[in-house]
Formats: sequence, C-alpha cells, structure tokens
Amino acid sequence: MSSAHSHLLYRHGDSLLHRLPAHAKVLALVGFMLVVVATPRERFLAFAGYAALLAVVAVVAAVPVRFIVTRMVVEVPFVVFALLLPVISGGPRVDVLGLSLSEDGLLAGWNILAKGTLGVVAAILLAATTDARALLIGLQRLRLPARLVEIAAFMVRYADVVISDMQRMRIARESRGFQGRHLGHLRVVAQSAGALFIRSYERGERVHLAMLSRGYTGAMPLVDDAPVAPAAWATVATLPVGAAVLAVASGWLA
Amino acid sequence: MTPSLEVHGLAYAYPDGHQALFGVDLTVQRGERVALLGPNGAGKTTFILHLNGILHGGAGTINVAGLDVRPADREVLREIRRRVGIVFQDPDDQLFMPTVRDDVAFGPANLGLRGAELESRVSEALEAVGMAHVADRPPHHLSFGQRRRVAVATVLAMRPEILVLDEPTSNLDPASRRELAGILRSLAVTLLLVTHDLPYALELCERSVVLSDGAIVADGPTHDLLTDDEMLRRNRLELPYGFDPHVRPSG
Repeated sequence: MSSAHSHLLYRHGDSLLHRLPAHAKVLALVGFMLVVVATPRERFLAFAGYAALLAVVAVVAAVPVRFIVTRMVVEVPFVVFALLLPVISGGPRVDVLGLSLSEDGLLAGWNILAKGTLGVVAAILLAATTDARALLIGLQRLRLPARLVEIAAFMVRYADVVISDMQRMRIARESRGFQGRHLGHLRVVAQSAGALFIRSYERGERVHLAMLSRGYTGAMPLVDDAPVAPAAWATVATLPVGAAVLAVASGWLA
Repeated sequence: MTPSLEVHGLAYAYPDGHQALFGVDLTVQRGERVALLGPNGAGKTTFILHLNGILHGGAGTINVAGLDVRPADREVLREIRRRVGIVFQDPDDQLFMPTVRDDVAFGPANLGLRGAELESRVSEALEAVGMAHVADRPPHHLSFGQRRRVAVATVLAMRPEILVLDEPTSNLDPASRRELAGILRSLAVTLLLVTHDLPYALELCERSVVLSDGAIVADGPTHDLLTDDEMLRRNRLELPYGFDPHVRPSG
C-alpha cells in the first residue's frame, strides 16, 4: 500500500508543541505571519529575530534542520522569482560581484525571500507537529465552513486510494505494451485521467450512500471539543507576541 | 414477537425505466441468520438500498422491527438507519474518516452520542470484531481483511436491529474469510447475508432465499436449496468446483 506521503509532513513525537491543541497552533501561525508580513522590509534585525524565534520553536518541537530544509523545496519557484527581481527591475543600480543590480529589485527580492521563507518554515513546523486529523479538527473548531473541512478530510482519506487507482491503471496500461514516449501518446494518458475521474466520482457517490446509511444528515459530528487550558493559550501566544515585540523594537532601533 | 424485517410487494424501477424489483416479499425473524442469494444483476443491491430508505418511490412496504420505512419523515428515517446496519461491499467506500476510531464513532455521533458513552460504543464495537488495537490508525493503513472487519464495527456501533452484509467475502483471502465467519457467528444480531458465495451461506445461515430477476424464487433451509441442482441452474447459481453440500465438515 502506498501510504508514505501521508507522513511526509508529520513527524511523530511528544514534544510540548505536539501536545498543544491544533486550532491554537493555527491561530499562532496566522498571528505570527501577519506580524511578519506587516514588517517593513528594511528592518533586517527584526527578520533575524523572527528566524531565531522559529529556531527556538524547532528546538522545542525536536524537529531536525534537515527535516525542515528538505521540505522547503516547495518554495523554489518563489526563490527563482526573488533572485530574478534584482536583475530585471529598474531604478538606481549597484555593482555586486561585477553584476549591475537594481537596488529596488534587491530589496523586493529580499522581501519575498525573507517573508516567504519564514512562512514556509512556520507552516512546516505546524505540519510537523500536528497530524492531519488534529489539523482538521482544529480547522473545524476555528469555524472554517464545514464543507471546506469535509473536502479536506476526504482528500486526506482518499488521496492514497486515488493514487493507487492511478498506479494500477498505469501498470495495466504498460502491461499491454503502452509506453508514453511522445506527445501523441498524451491522448491515452488523458483518457486514463478521464476514466480515473469517473471512477473517483462514482466512488464519491458510493461513499455518500454509506454515509447516509449511518445517519449522515449534512453535518459532520464534532467529536472532540475539549476546552483549551489557559496555559496552552499562553504558550502558543508567545510566538506571535514575541514577533510583535521584535517588530516594534526594531522600529525604535531604526 | 415482531420480526426484524418484513418486506411486502416491493417493486422498483430506476429513473431510466429499468425495472429491478418485481414485488419482493421477505420476512426475517429476530435473531435469524438468512442468506439472500442471487447472481450478479439479480437486484440484490437495489433491494438492500431500500431497507434503509436510500432508494424508495416504488410499490410495496418495508417494516423494520415494527417501524415502517417512510423516507419522507426525517425522524423515522434516522431511526431506520440506526436499525438497519448495512456493510457495503468495498470497505474503502465505508471507511472515510481519518482514523478507525473516528469512523466507528461517525454513526453513533450522528445519533447524538457524545463523550464517554460514545467512546464505550466505539470500543465495544471494535472489540466485537477484534480490531480494538487499530483504533488510532488510518483505515488505508490496514489490510483488506482488517478494513472489512472495521466496516462491520462501524455499523455495530449503532447497535442495529438487523445487520445487512453486501458480498462480505469478496476479495477476502481464505483466512480472513474464516475469521469473518467466526465474528459474524458470535454477534447476537439478526443477519441478512447478501451473496453469491454459496458455501459461505451454508456455513453461516440456516435459511436462504434466492432473488432472481427481481423476485424471490426460492425460500427454505440453505442445505435444501443448495442440493436442488435444477433450481440453482435456473437461477445462474453455481457451487464452486469440487464443493459438495451433502458433505458436512466434521465439528
């Protein structure tokens, strides 16, 4: 069974961060990111402080650097764009290592790179310490529209099923001598995608029948709604509050 | 005593005009284990989906332990869906929550159970199928046989009046098949086993009915039906190669 990818982001553990309720962590992440995004790009010290805060979180959660770095690959397209900005932007220019770069472009690129990286690392830390189920319950408790939570829940549950359907179809295709070599073969692949869509759609209908049979009336029952201890709120608040303090302090220094 | 299930004159045609059921009559007494036999396309699944009011609109009546299935009445429908526990053929269709525990809790939570009561329902159902140790795992990490057993638990957790299993042996290896039979035999619940697996019907059910082309064409002790070669042939039912219903395994 293909189940590896469901554990790609989550890292099993029992740290302080793992034990905190998911919705509190989501709120802390959003608060932190709002502060980061609102910080003027010239306040380099503040960004260093944010990075230090995340480093502390990573240490507390016992998430190794390697784990984070390998998962930062998603950021690559943005990094490429950020690196291009100094070259393609206009305005006054500076010479760096023999290259003539735009000053404004450098700052804009730095802005994207710094804020993007902080966001990605923070999100990786959340995902590493919160399993998919807890995250879904957290979103439900944050009153995210029920339909969206349900769609996310079904995606978590059925991604594996659909992927293994897809792999079986590919194996069946190749077992009958098909090799996707040139663009003309795209038609076959597109037809497979269509068949996969119909299969998944029909499975959706059968799942719905099974849900109705067990008394589903349009709303997922909220099974876990234990109240959050004030101490937990205080713990998660340290991240956004710490970031806000850094933002204000860097304003005085500047 | 009121029977667990009473069906009278059930007829149904799909919206495209294809008529699947032509007046089905069936009574299942409380505590009975009955096999509903029929070849592919006999209308077995259509019949099952009527029992808890998913399909409706044709002729006939269905009564579950004294309560008529009236699909228009939401309260009645909820109670009917508690009383009739359907285990679908593909456990991947039935198990859709992130963990086994959540999935087994889904039915009773829809009935309004919460907290300790809900937890005890879940563990009771999982223990009944011997799957308590996988409660916290995601369903897609289980073997097919384990998923089938968890699917049975999801329905048991609603404490049904009658348990309906749609082709429970499909895709099971012989060991899982035997284990499932042991579990089903241990449950104190009325059972309707819908299958074309004739030896399994003989193993588990005293009585069988044969559904063919949308009507019940035979009803009697399973052993008698399986030794009626002429009737089996007429209804496209076949015993597996080398299987002789006259020979009962010892023990």
